[in-house]
Amino acid sequence: MATNEILIKELADQYGRKRTSLLPVLQGVADKNNFLTEEDLTTIGRELHLSGAQVFGTATFYSFLNVVPRGKYVIRVCKTISCDMKNKDDVVREIENMLKIKTGETTEDKKFTLLYTNCMGWCDKGPSMLINEMPYSDLTPDKVHGIIKQYSDTAD
Amino acid sequence: MNDGIKINRIDSIFKDYVDNKFDYLKKIMTMSNEEIIKNLTESGLKGRGGAGFPTGSKWKFAAEQSSDEKFVVCNADEGEPGTFKDKEILLKVPHKVLTGMTACSKVTGAKKGYIYLRWEYKFMKNDLQKSVDEFNEELEKMKIDFKIYIVLGAGAYVCGEESALFDSMEGMRGEPRNKPPFPTESGFMGKPTVINNVETFATSTMILSFGGVNYAKLGTDVSHGSKLFSISGDTAIPGIYELELGMTLHDFVEKFGDGDTKAVSVGGVSGALVPRKKFKDTIIGWEGVPTGGAMILFNSTRSIYRILHNYLEFFEEESCGQCTPCRIGCQQLKKGIEAVKKGEEDPSYLDTLASLSKVMNVSAKCGLGQSVMNPVLSAVNNFREELIY
Ligand SMILES: Cc1cc2nc3c(=O)[nH]c(=O)nc-3n(C[C@H](O)[C@H](O)[C@H](O)COP(=O)(O)O)c2cc1C
Ligand code: SF4
Repeated sequence: MATNEILIKELADQYGRKRTSLLPVLQGVADKNNFLTEEDLTTIGRELHLSGAQVFGTATFYSFLNVVPRGKYVIRVCKTISCDMKNKDDVVREIENMLKIKTGETTEDKKFTLLYTNCMGWCDKGPSMLINEMPYSDLTPDKVHGIIKQYSDTAD
Repeated sequence: MNDGIKINRIDSIFKDYVDNKFDYLKKIMTMSNEEIIKNLTESGLKGRGGAGFPTGSKWKFAAEQSSDEKFVVCNADEGEPGTFKDKEILLKVPHKVLTGMTACSKVTGAKKGYIYLRWEYKFMKNDLQKSVDEFNEELEKMKIDFKIYIVLGAGAYVCGEESALFDSMEGMRGEPRNKPPFPTESGFMGKPTVINNVETFATSTMILSFGGVNYAKLGTDVSHGSKLFSISGDTAIPGIYELELGMTLHDFVEKFGDGDTKAVSVGGVSGALVPRKKFKDTIIGWEGVPTGGAMILFNSTRSIYRILHNYLEFFEEESCGQCTPCRIGCQQLKKGIEAVKKGEEDPSYLDTLASLSKVMNVSAKCGLGQSVMNPVLSAVNNFREELIY
């Protein structure tokens, strides 16, 4: 993808061609596409003068740097204890029913991916979830229905 | 037995005691380095991230190192389940954190400071960046040679461990390093580094404004001052509370419980899961159960099996996988309690699992693998029946 090559060059110019720039560069590409392709990783390695193993090793370590295809909106429902106790299962079921996917899957139109995440720091207002970087808390099946609907209704 | 301090709400972190948010900075910059260290030492402040290292000593050690470069790092990874106070501090009083970091730079001679913000808090990065930019401008105006930057994490609990955090900032996998050397000697980029929790920096600002001796009047001889508690679970009043240290868990539960509390995870999933029968004898502080402030309450409708299973799944997923006791141990513990529950293993297998967690405690490389033992032993010793039937 030629477009990403330009983006990667720009990010490398911005952050510098050094190891400490690797995370910001990976994040910059992931921000745009929601996931990193093998080609992205190879290009980043070339730009930053790092080996493929170094880039791959770092990228695959972090749960918010996806190296498999993801939808435009990545929904991450917190499954850690406080949210679990506040019936996160009901919230997940509602999303699964609405989007007709299971947790871990992406909708056919590539608009949504549904995942679990570990504690995201909203334990007093559980259940909570992130849609890309936006947090939503105090969720109920009704409330989550409305939120997902809003995202569904927005044009691509 | 110390009866403990009664529940006493304090308002030092979120309240501003000055007209202008730069007033703290202006006052602190008139203090000598010795005065700053002296006040922090007298305050008895111990790190609010959980490990509890005396903050004054940490700054002093870093100050004593000679190096061409030093760094100040603010740990805003806030990954411990049940903790959500650092987010609130950064949203409401970021200037206190930035001021604390600057005080640290003054003492140590660091020219650069970093805030390592967890990815989950990316939603607030732009606002925080605005505060940082404004603050940096003020520093420039005051001719202070220190600049603060934000570094965004990418989703890994273990990156809250200080050396893994440095690895992550350096563009690597977040795999904890061997210690020693400690960060004050060799931290970010191998240079002397002070790393403190968000709350520690904010508290330092307040201590330096009010005086260390005054601060130490709060709390007990061992646990000085007040700290923020993140309260969640079975409580009618979840949220963030600043409380004087040294209260008993009994008093805490009287205030925050729902009348039916059977256990409390003090210090999140890596802390102790304290059963009701020990509430009276348990002091919340370094002399009892230390905590980064995460308090998760469970009432009698909750299954300890489900809780422990949830914790073990968390550890299994968040283990960096670098050392065998933790990588394999977390998996085996989870499988083990599943097998006992299903009746595939004899109940006595729980004792084997308890010893495994003890082995992990002494052999794992970092605090993640070492602390898995805490909830496991509490559950096996106090709620055995729930793990079997
Ligand atoms: C697995 C693990 C995760 C940690 N996560 C955090 C964290 O999210 N925030 C934090 O301040 N300290 C965390 N710590 C503690 C840090 O290693 C370090 O002790 C702390 O940042 C020092 O700051 P303090 O002295 O101000 O508490 C963690 C430790 C371990 C072992
Ligand atoms: S104890 Fe666990 S998290 Fe820590 S270094 Fe070992 S494998 Fe990694």
